Amino acid sequence: MIEREYAYYSGCSLEGTASEYDASMRAVLKELDVNFREPDDWSCCGSTPAHTVNHVFAAALAARNLALVEKIGLNTIITPCPSCMMAFKKAQHGMTKSESFKNEVNELLDEPYECGVESKSALQVMYEDIGLDAVSQRVTHALPGLKVAPYYGCILNRPPEVAKFDDPENPISMDKILLSAGVEVSDFAFKLECCGAAFGVVKREMVNQLTYKVLSMALDSGANCIAVACPLCQQNLDLRQGQVNSTTGSSFNIPILYFTQIIGLTYGLSPKALGMDKLIVSAEQIIRSRVTVEEMKKRTESEAQVKAKKPEKKTVIEEAKPEENE
Amino acid sequence: MDAINLSSNVDWNFIEEVAKESGQNPSLCYQCGNCTAGCPYTQYFDYPVSQVMRLLQAGQKDTILNSKSIWLCATCETCTTRCPCEIDVAHIMDTLRIIARRENRVSEKDIKLFYDTFLDSMKQFGRIYEVGILLAYNLKSGHFLADSDLGPKVMSHGKIHFFPKKIKGRDKVAKIFERFQDKAKKHD
Repeated sequence: MIEREYAYYSGCSLEGTASEYDASMRAVLKELDVNFREPDDWSCCGSTPAHTVNHVFAAALAARNLALVEKIGLNTIITPCPSCMMAFKKAQHGMTKSESFKNEVNELLDEPYECGVESKSALQVMYEDIGLDAVSQRVTHALPGLKVAPYYGCILNRPPEVAKFDDPENPISMDKILLSAGVEVSDFAFKLECCGAAFGVVKREMVNQLTYKVLSMALDSGANCIAVACPLCQQNLDLRQGQVNSTTGSSFNIPILYFTQIIGLTYGLSPKALGMDKLIVSAEQIIRSRVTVEEMKKRTESEAQVKAKKPEKKTVIEEAKPEENE
Repeated sequence: MDAINLSSNVDWNFIEEVAKESGQNPSLCYQCGNCTAGCPYTQYFDYPVSQVMRLLQAGQKDTILNSKSIWLCATCETCTTRCPCEIDVAHIMDTLRIIARRENRVSEKDIKLFYDTFLDSMKQFGRIYEVGILLAYNLKSGHFLADSDLGPKVMSHGKIHFFPKKIKGRDKVAKIFERFQDKAKKHD
């Protein structure tokens, strides 16, 4: 990997209800030797509400932060929250495409933004810049019995000409990253289906019904855990899982982990450092199942030995069977 | 859904207005229905997104601006991603919301209130204070107990902080709001 420095924008959710995403993200980036700095005094990106008011206004709220990144001399920003990332990418897209849009945005700002910052999800940084080999090199632990449904959510990869990363219909970056860390993933058809986004408070039942579909499809894919990369997806799937159960009469109990928490577990990081205690649906079983890679190797070897012995026994039994019948 | 008389209430300027503001050409839509087929919210919409596009082509301003669909759209970008005519459909839905807001015709008042409460928090502190937004929304909407079942869960897991984080440059963020509002007033 080329030595480079990134800016890091945690965003408001990661200071509050998604603090475990922030903790696990920083811990994993540190393990991967990624250098990053936070722009001083960053503000909210504007998220969904701002773009329902006006597009220039929304871009200005986002661009204030991008200008702060320019000011500290960096040109790539790691944005863990897809909603923040989309606000940044849409501002960047609009301002580079149209000079008049750029001017209108800058008229609202104290210090103009010169369009020199690319925002990337942590998935993109890990997949493209750090590389899967480096991701797998740090692995010290295995998570036997775990099968993860990688859930990307709606806007991490879409629309393609703005997101400019991975496939807009069948993304694979999170699958590959988890696989590189030795984690088993399921073939999950609802990777991109919207969880209900920011409507949780206002349209609770609607969101619970949408989330129900995502949880059901994950179970049907054979998964016993869902990996997410978005604070809003996590909130709707984890914090509201009890609501889903009471609204739809279901009895889900699926742990919803940030993909960085899963990677962190395979790197041997402590559950506390990864904010595992912040999860509403307990991930205790996953944590307890964790073993070192060496231990896992021994297990697999002894299992293989047992398997190798088994056919002999089988033939004996088969031979014995006719005798029993006689 | 009511029957719509397409020959009355046609507002041709509206088509122009939406096309200009969104930068999209609504007449490219040939009603394949791909957007509606993929829309996760279509069962909650009063007009499926492909019908919103058709209503737009027919200049049915009132029906569109009074619809619930434009507010229930979450900008998940499925329609935009799949449109064979490369229309940014989600951006058109966003533009329709913006116009409904501007003309003070909002069918889903609680959704707008939630967004406004979010923006108020941003203007005040520079960042979002989740607890404050929920409490303020519950008070203003009259849904006093919305999500109150989640309170004990987030508290026992230490997922919230009890005071807003104020940034130093919050006056600069507030200025963005003010400059935008001044500009919007001049255009009225």
